[in-house]
Amino acid sequence: MSKVVNNVDEAIRDINDGANIMFGGFGLCGIPENCIAALVRKGVKGLTCISNNAGVDDFGLGLLLQKHQIKKMIASYVGENAEFERQMLSGEMEVELVPQGTLATRCMAAGYGMPAIFTPAGVGTEVAQGKEVRKFKFNGVEKDYLMEYAFDADFAIVKAWKGDTEGNLIYRATARNFNPVMAMAGKITIAEVEHLVQPGELNPDHIHTPGIYVHRIFQGEKFEKRIEQRTVRKKIKLHHKLLLFDNR
Amino acid sequence: MLDKNGIAKRIAREVKDGMYVNLGIGIPTLVANYIPAGIHVTLQSENGILGMGPFPVEGEEDADFINAGKQTVTLLPGSSIFDSATSFGMIRAQKVDLTILGAMEVSEQGDIASWKIPGKMVKGMGGAMDLVASAKNIIVAMQHVNKAGESKLLKQCTLPLTGVKCIKRIVTEMAVLDVTPQGFKLLELAPGVSVEQVKNATAGRLIAEGNIPEMKID
Repeated sequence: MSKVVNNVDEAIRDINDGANIMFGGFGLCGIPENCIAALVRKGVKGLTCISNNAGVDDFGLGLLLQKHQIKKMIASYVGENAEFERQMLSGEMEVELVPQGTLATRCMAAGYGMPAIFTPAGVGTEVAQGKEVRKFKFNGVEKDYLMEYAFDADFAIVKAWKGDTEGNLIYRATARNFNPVMAMAGKITIAEVEHLVQPGELNPDHIHTPGIYVHRIFQGEKFEKRIEQRTVRKKIKLHHKLLLFDNR
Repeated sequence: MLDKNGIAKRIAREVKDGMYVNLGIGIPTLVANYIPAGIHVTLQSENGILGMGPFPVEGEEDADFINAGKQTVTLLPGSSIFDSATSFGMIRAQKVDLTILGAMEVSEQGDIASWKIPGKMVKGMGGAMDLVASAKNIIVAMQHVNKAGESKLLKQCTLPLTGVKCIKRIVTEMAVLDVTPQGFKLLELAPGVSVEQVKNATAGRLIAEGNIPEMKID
């Protein structure tokens, strides 16, 4: 049975109303833009979305927000989105804010077959409300840790640079971000790739996500790869290699 | 009094050769501009970079190369890329030597509030809660008072917390202070600032013993 699907609509064919979906990406970097566009076209509603961010008003998950398709958003940072703010404040959409490392590790735990993790992030804050706190002596220090559950997502949708027909994936630069841990965590994992190649074309030593985690793969029709914050420096000689971070 | 760049310059002096450093958004980012030549520092960006370089020159920006502030960046020779779980793994396991971040409030116990103002839009904590809960060495870079003129160095934080008992050092436009069991210990004064001025701008307990030296920033 081939993992390769003919197009994006076939890849998301069984994502229906009320689905719980992980979306890879950090900001707009490494997001599965073809699948997001297809979900907007399909018009599925009542989605629970797990993603570090919620896109911007007219790109990324912001497109699903515009059409009121998201019932609940689980994210660590949702800053750049006016429509998000409106739906959150009006109570149309439920929002669960999760520390970024906790978000990543709850994905990882699911992919590693572990039901829960213990993390110090959020101890003593409102994130800890209603959660089990346990003291561990670790590395010689006794400290409180929060128990956080592994995510239980129906689908994980990720974006990779290259993939082969076996589902093996390689990401490019910081477009890797949450994609590998989410790829491991979905009951059904869908990968959209910039370049779909034949087995043997990818060096096994260079694979980031082994194909066993990927159920469906296709080459995206087009990738806009929008830049959220275009920052450049003047072409002058740097007296120190780290200079000019403030974009003067 | 220091400006933002002055605060960044003073903090840059805390950065030692060989350190792995995570810089938050705002003043902390400026610290990168003042790291002395000859000091080898590796910048960590929590979206998955060790060895982050400067912004690209025009025409060389690439959507796949961004920092935790979603800005286009470059990688330096010797850099590495990793996923988000690995990134927070190295933070949690205290492999990152120094974390520099901003804050809205710090208490004399070392509690920090930096992510939420009740009644206002909540953008989320991002990676701040993970960083403050695990980092062994955190420096807060912030203004001593808020826009309303109220002290940000308090007995107790009034805003929702990011982390508890985690901040050890604070650098403001007026002073360098350490969080100690007795309260905020005044270590250095900014040029032209008196102990009295710092006392007036600090709502928490301030300990000023002996002659407080002036900050060296250049």
